[in-house]
Amino acid sequence: MTLTQQIITVGMVVLGTVLTRFLPFLLFPAGKPTPKYIRYLGAALPPAVFGLLVVYCLKNVSLFAGSHGIPELISIAAVVGLHVWKRQMLLSIAGGTLCYMLLVQLVF
Amino acid sequence: MHSKTTTIRKAFRCAFPHTIPIFAGFWFLGLTYGVYMNVSGFSFWYPMLMSLTIFAGSMEFVAVNLLLGAFNPIQALVMALMINARHLFYGLSMLDKYRGAGWKKPYLIFGMCDESFSINYTAEIPEDVDRSWFMFFVTLLNHVYWFSGATLGGIFGSLIRFNTEGLDFVMTAMFVVIFMEQWLKEKRHTSALLGVGLSLLCLLAFGPGNFIIPAMLAILAALTGLRGRLEEGGDAA
Repeated sequence: MTLTQQIITVGMVVLGTVLTRFLPFLLFPAGKPTPKYIRYLGAALPPAVFGLLVVYCLKNVSLFAGSHGIPELISIAAVVGLHVWKRQMLLSIAGGTLCYMLLVQLVF
Repeated sequence: MHSKTTTIRKAFRCAFPHTIPIFAGFWFLGLTYGVYMNVSGFSFWYPMLMSLTIFAGSMEFVAVNLLLGAFNPIQALVMALMINARHLFYGLSMLDKYRGAGWKKPYLIFGMCDESFSINYTAEIPEDVDRSWFMFFVTLLNHVYWFSGATLGGIFGSLIRFNTEGLDFVMTAMFVVIFMEQWLKEKRHTSALLGVGLSLLCLLAFGPGNFIIPAMLAILAALTGLRGRLEEGGDAA
């Protein structure tokens, strides 16, 4: 690829990304009342989206090969346990990550 | 004038702690991305400018392959639309929250990556902290972390030696915590359970590379079908 072609390629990626982020705001501008269905989606979607994001983070974990997802399972349990116990966001995240690093570096 | 500076400083101090896990995650992933570009034969200018303008982690890794392949701008556009389609959901959820942010709004939308969206949606911003400045700093700090990580990775990447294996789990841990926070806040868990269940089903059916779009469609269909029942209780979630 020439430099111009590279710039166009990156430009298209920027355009695609920006489109997905701006589209809802362009379709439903702040000045006009938002359709009820869209407002319902705005309220009902987030819990599902956070679930989707958790699955998305784990998408490359293989249950049938390598470490069978055991380090992930243990570390997520650690995150959940810490969070139920102390409900300190940073503590839960740091504890779970440390647990995972120790597991993949020393055990598995 | 003095009070405005105070407002801004206060919002920054409130926003910063929320972004600490993202600092760890973005530096790790950003450095990895910079190194990846470096070994793929691109100078640090590439990760630097791409992290600044694209600001969508997974898409930037894919963009490296696009740059290495044959010139195909339409394919690049379609890939970006597909991979980032989940942002459409973020936008729908943030229509109200970003309202009234003034000149900051376009930047808030531009910088609405998974992490910025998740924090800005779930954070309980204290009454006396300016909401739009808070969300602005969350977005800006995340952008700076990603940009600096990618740039440093592109420059010094090949020199890094300590064992960082597994550090990327910080992002998974963060989304688990955000999912839990949302779970503890809501009365009904229908949407949360649908999100996890349908995503897992689609992951099994379509594989890691192709499951996002079917999962989004399935979630949309399920929530639309359940609308009457979910709206009844007055609590949409």
